[in-house]
Amino acid sequence: MPAAAREGALELAGLSRHYGEREALGGVSLSLQKGQTLVVFGPNGAGKTTLLRVLATLLRPHAGSVRVLGSELPREAWAVRARLGLLGHEPLLYRQLTARENLRYHARLHGVDERRVEELLELVAMDGRSSEPLRTLSRGMVQRVAVARAVLHDPELLLLDEPHANLDPAAVELVAPLIGAGGDPGGRRTRVICSHDPSRGLAEADLVLGLRGGRQALLREARDVRLEEIEELYR
Amino acid sequence: MRHTVGALLRKELLVEIRTLESVPGMSLFALTTFVVFHFALNRNVVEGDLAAGILWVTLLFAAILGVNRLFVADAEEGGFDGFLLAPVDRTAMLVAKALTLLLYMLVLELVAVPAFALLLLGPPLGQALPGLIAVLALADVGVAAIGTLVAALAVQTRARDLFGPLLALPLLVPIVIGAARASSPVLAGAHHGGPPARWMLTLGLYDLVFGLIAYALFDFLLED
Repeated sequence: MPAAAREGALELAGLSRHYGEREALGGVSLSLQKGQTLVVFGPNGAGKTTLLRVLATLLRPHAGSVRVLGSELPREAWAVRARLGLLGHEPLLYRQLTARENLRYHARLHGVDERRVEELLELVAMDGRSSEPLRTLSRGMVQRVAVARAVLHDPELLLLDEPHANLDPAAVELVAPLIGAGGDPGGRRTRVICSHDPSRGLAEADLVLGLRGGRQALLREARDVRLEEIEELYR
Repeated sequence: MRHTVGALLRKELLVEIRTLESVPGMSLFALTTFVVFHFALNRNVVEGDLAAGILWVTLLFAAILGVNRLFVADAEEGGFDGFLLAPVDRTAMLVAKALTLLLYMLVLELVAVPAFALLLLGPPLGQALPGLIAVLALADVGVAAIGTLVAALAVQTRARDLFGPLLALPLLVPIVIGAARASSPVLAGAHHGGPPARWMLTLGLYDLVFGLIAYALFDFLLED
């Protein structure tokens, strides 16, 4: 078996992160194989976004060890940046620029051919509105452009924070092939999804992590998790 | 790196062209200040030390308006995160932002210097221009290096509109002193000669020192 196939996508051991005195994330430990989907559930302020930002190399872990796609964070953060895509609460796009200008900017930063920009604009059905500044578009449209930005460089690991926020059912269908498990041409894509939708999240998950107050309240394979256990996290 | 700087610079200029938030404000501020000086001093013409002082104090405060806006779009619209997620050298952002500020200064001076000559300057601008351009170039490089560093620091704070100028002013004072001393003989008339080498060298050294400090610190400012 080649080394790359044996290598886990995520290896977290005792991960903690503070904001000042407040512990946003404490003692999170898990292991996720390549091609698997981890779905993170938990009420607002549970630490889901902090976890995603640590995995995305945007926040340093304050304790514990974090290994993403075989690289240790934060020491080897530079090595994984090209291999991950983040779709967070913020679209990470400039409101004054058009969808095309934004995607071209990110394509240049990632060294991606600009033909990919046109391809993605078509896939998210934004080719007709691609010359209008984002500030004039609806939040759903901006979210579609943000999806295109996140997958622009065909990342191996997708970090998705409520990816369907602001999207209508038709748009959810539209972006599904881009952020679904089968998006990576080399095989199944590894994904970490933060969700507030227990049934949809459970259907997509291989592994379920439940967070409450920054602490790991549930960690189990998805087939062993009952819907009521997830709902319990929010009570 | 050149490719990344090009992408960043292009984005910066597109955002500025769309919003017109920095350069028009800087230029208008400079023009208004010259008019205020014109009436407050109750003089039709100034030259030498006074002319250099008025010009450089005005350019300094106008530059601070640009410094304050330099990272606002990045901080408010997730531009920092978008950049940090890319596998690129972070120094590219320092270079691109400093070049952006340098371009803003250039446009500001294209408006402000002729207006200054028209409203206040005694000796003809044509004679002073070669020496003045040399001083402007050296001072602008320093403003760009210090301004980018300060703006990157200030934008992380809650009181960035206050913190930016408070930090920038003391650091920019040596540039104003050097530039005013260097341009004083240039603005005094034909018989006073070019900018003194001593002050040009001081400006050059200050640029170099702050260029190196900005290069050494910038990565840490972007880090969590």
